[in-house]
Amino acid sequence: MEATRIPEPSEPRHAIRIVGIWAGLTVICVPLVIFVLGPHIPPGHASQQSSDQHQINVVLTTLATPIVLMVWVYFGYAITVFRQAGETIVDGPPIDGNARIQLTWLSVTSAIVLGLAVYGTIDLFSASAAGAGGGQGPNPLAKPANVGSALEVQVIGQQWLWTFRYPGYGGVETATLALPVNREIAIHVTSLDVAHSFWAYELGVKADAIPGSDNVVYVKPEQIRSFQVRCAELCGLWHGHMNTTGRVLSQPDFGSWIAQQEQQYAAVTKQLPPYSHVYYPSPLRRAP
Amino acid sequence: MTRRLAGIAIALAVLIGLVILYSSEFLTNAPAAVPASVQGGTAHLTLQTVPTYGHAPEPDWVSYLVQDPSGHWHHSTIFKLPAHSLVTVTLYQYDTSSGLRNPFLAQVRGTVDGTATLNGKPFSTASSDEASHTFTVPDLGLSVPLSGISSSAKNPCSAAPCPLSNDHNTITFSFRTPGPGTYRWQCFVPCAAAFIFGNGGPMQTIGWMSGELVVS
Repeated sequence: MEATRIPEPSEPRHAIRIVGIWAGLTVICVPLVIFVLGPHIPPGHASQQSSDQHQINVVLTTLATPIVLMVWVYFGYAITVFRQAGETIVDGPPIDGNARIQLTWLSVTSAIVLGLAVYGTIDLFSASAAGAGGGQGPNPLAKPANVGSALEVQVIGQQWLWTFRYPGYGGVETATLALPVNREIAIHVTSLDVAHSFWAYELGVKADAIPGSDNVVYVKPEQIRSFQVRCAELCGLWHGHMNTTGRVLSQPDFGSWIAQQEQQYAAVTKQLPPYSHVYYPSPLRRAP
Repeated sequence: MTRRLAGIAIALAVLIGLVILYSSEFLTNAPAAVPASVQGGTAHLTLQTVPTYGHAPEPDWVSYLVQDPSGHWHHSTIFKLPAHSLVTVTLYQYDTSSGLRNPFLAQVRGTVDGTATLNGKPFSTASSDEASHTFTVPDLGLSVPLSGISSSAKNPCSAAPCPLSNDHNTITFSFRTPGPGTYRWQCFVPCAAAFIFGNGGPMQTIGWMSGELVVS
């Protein structure tokens, strides 16, 4: 007697479904990320360095979008389609290795990670990005081409105030930071007491302010505008108030401003110590 | 098993309660705001700086004090001021010199005419080494160095509030308040005795060498 064969219900091709949904969403979302979200991704275009960082952030976000979508689509599909109906919990079919899928997965992820590493490394050492990596001390690896003609500005942190010194203008120290537009700036960052961190995020500049240390960052402002200066290192009671507003001025306006600062602070400039990249201020400790 | 779970739940509840109590105490433990006296649209703020507070909880700490409109001294560094007003400050300074860590702050900034007076004499720049304290409001661009009394003063003050019969310097200046808001002020001389860098203790605690201007 011939056995009767009961046909199994046909299983949909889940992989093709998932890839199809993912591809459709990717085609929609990637342009949205580039053209709608992209222009709003910080830090903007206030300087050569911030433009470079903005471009990197847009590239990374764009590359991450299909990956995130794949994870979300798979989760959504699995939760919706693979949900166990009824009360009985039944194990699914055993999964066997699939060499083609594993090879594809390893190849794609390796290419993405290694590609980003190469891209980031090249960009880190490029002249346009010099300035982003403050914290390498007085002789950073990446320097702009015209470093010799850069305007030197010193940023001095102390609990809880930023002040700024201009060695090219008699070593005058100011309570506000102003920079000329379209000129390379060499920012030397140090501290008089504890560790602070100078962060002008709209300019794409961040460097630790460490007592006895000279951290150099470079920036070339490209827009006449104001920018925020914050402390990015928890430094005590008034850390949250250790901020100020800096300004990028036209060359003539900067000339007028620095001349006015030299005049206003002429008397106290005589009391300042000679300009130095680091200071060892006293008193370190007040006697009881 | 049930007893053990109940014990754990009770211990957890007690622990959470203690954390909430500690946090509440920390967040609400600020000195009271003291109003300046206002006459004819001008606010008058009278302050004193003392080398040692002389009382619990920290008798050895340096501190500011403020006088209320009735003339009583309060151990507070939160001052209420009217907005868009002229404020005249009289500051009795009883402490000796410590010296500024950053001599830039020896310059008077942000006062009405760019000057202050020390014992009746106008000045725009003090000696950095002779500074005992500063009264500085960074957001307003206001900073006035306060010169210390001689270290060989014969009649120094040892406990607040200090009477005018003790050796002191009198510093006066005026400034204008902006719109309503809360503005941080602090002393920029590392004046916290016995603390490394001079910036611990009273420099890190509201109510001693820093506080707020509550402008309304």
